[in-house]
Amino acid sequence: MLLLEMSKPGRCGYTLPKLDVPEVSLDELIPRSYLRETEPGLPQVTEPEVVRYFTQLSRKNHGVDVGFYPLGSCTMKYNPRVHEDIAALPGFSRIHPRQPESTVQGALQLMYELDQCLAEIAGLAKSSLLPAAGAHGELAGLLIIKAYHKFNGEADQRREIIIPDSAHGTNPASAQMAGFTVKEVPSDQRGGVDVAALREMVGPQTAGLMLTNPNTLGLFDENLEEIAAIIHDAGGLLYYDGANANAILGITRPGDTGFDIVHFNLHKTFSTPHGGGGPGAGPIVVSEKLVDFLPSPIVEYSDGRYHFATPKHSIGPIKAFYGNFGVLVKAYSYIRRLGAEGLKSVSENAVLNANYVMNQLKDDYYLPYDRTCMHEFVLSGKRQKELGVSTLDIAKRLLDYGVHAPTIYFPLIVEEAIMIEPTETESKATLDVFIQTMKTIAEEARRNPEQLKSAPTLTPVKRLDETKAARQPILKY
Amino acid sequence: MEVRKGLLYSKEHEWVQEVSDSLVRIGITAYAQDQLGDIVYIELPEVNAQVTEGEPFTVVESVKAASDVYSPVTGTIAAVNEKLEDSPELINESPYDDGWIVEVKSSEFDFSNLMTAEEYESYLKEV
Repeated sequence: MLLLEMSKPGRCGYTLPKLDVPEVSLDELIPRSYLRETEPGLPQVTEPEVVRYFTQLSRKNHGVDVGFYPLGSCTMKYNPRVHEDIAALPGFSRIHPRQPESTVQGALQLMYELDQCLAEIAGLAKSSLLPAAGAHGELAGLLIIKAYHKFNGEADQRREIIIPDSAHGTNPASAQMAGFTVKEVPSDQRGGVDVAALREMVGPQTAGLMLTNPNTLGLFDENLEEIAAIIHDAGGLLYYDGANANAILGITRPGDTGFDIVHFNLHKTFSTPHGGGGPGAGPIVVSEKLVDFLPSPIVEYSDGRYHFATPKHSIGPIKAFYGNFGVLVKAYSYIRRLGAEGLKSVSENAVLNANYVMNQLKDDYYLPYDRTCMHEFVLSGKRQKELGVSTLDIAKRLLDYGVHAPTIYFPLIVEEAIMIEPTETESKATLDVFIQTMKTIAEEARRNPEQLKSAPTLTPVKRLDETKAARQPILKY
Repeated sequence: MEVRKGLLYSKEHEWVQEVSDSLVRIGITAYAQDQLGDIVYIELPEVNAQVTEGEPFTVVESVKAASDVYSPVTGTIAAVNEKLEDSPELINESPYDDGWIVEVKSSEFDFSNLMTAEEYESYLKEV
């Protein structure tokens, strides 16, 4: 029952205190035509009803605080509570974007230092903390690529962005949005970019390449340096989609391989909350030659003070004010708490955990690319499909065992894909429970496939009709 | 998966039915709709639009993914199956009959890159 349906006239959970300022008539503040004529339909309920309602709702949910959440490509790691405390400090939470710079030096220092931390991790020069999500970072990066070619008088000629067929859908979408034509490069037998095909595709029309590395198969591209050389020799720029950066912290730096632009998803790699409005943050970091094109404003430090500045050939503002500042505070806290050594061990453990789970499961599920993986790996449910059990059924059955389903049917180049990312924050005991659960489900698929068709049966809502939801959506209460 | 006899097939899993010398009917195969899963939307092209062999002419969206549909022939769209607008599930339920997508006309069709039902069946075994 919804809170609105629980409402009974006259019920009340709170009484406003007596007015202690002079009363002003609304008519004096807002023109009559904009004032509503009837009372708003707020639910009339008691305080315990409200508390119970929202507590019960929260218990129907599954989050990383409730159970294992191996959602590939999303890096659902634990979000340390201390970051919430830090972000809530009055110097961070009770400031206004229009305050004079001299009164928010601490906040500006945090932004400046986070910018420098991300630049060091990426092996590049300077960051923009403005993008509110990974795809927003992609768009900003592509607009910089466009501005760079325009500056060199090649805007009309360099119109193609090359993207591998294993990429996240946001890559081609962002490139289209920035006004480029998208060219898809196939993957090779080892799961990396097909270098021969890439060589055929580049030319004076090439604006750049967007590469996710490790890619969505969880594989580190073995020909990274060759790929970088092919693009640079053709006059294009290299964009590194850092969605999977959780595998490389302190181990390899995109800038050292020649990448010009990197975006990081702070809500993935740097442990800020995700989903449900997060909000996210997708800062970009660029090489020296692109610093002048960064969105405005950036934070600079000179003569002992921090201040906002607009880069010389800036692509302009891309977000109101200064990005999702609270998220930046949490990511900064994470980086400073772990330090360089700590961040390196994050990636080492993320990769170790993924390889452990992959090797334990490859007898029960088909593993299309049998290589050492990075922070995630992709199984295929095609053996189970032959028994009449789809990947969707397997994912739904996992919910019955209290595990969030992995990413499924992505990447598109793997049939019946199941993309698993355990992250470094899980103990071996948790991983072992998950492995056993996956083995149990494989056994159920052999013995009793029908049982999987009706899963989940133990969740607050049972199997949803996804097709009907897409064909005839009900969009309002 | 049914591969209907008498139709021609493309490598991208479209079928072509010869209605007359100058008109063909096009849809996606039973295999294609099974791979896509439940189809929830199809972007129907405009009548009189030009289509080119090997080029995408429409997009189907399923619960799994959005995928291009490639034209197996070159010509002009003569008719679209408007029933699909409200009932895209016809592609799943009846891929070779009620789920047809468009009719294309041309004074001269080139079918040289298409497969017979027997050839398509063996092609499916390879993919």
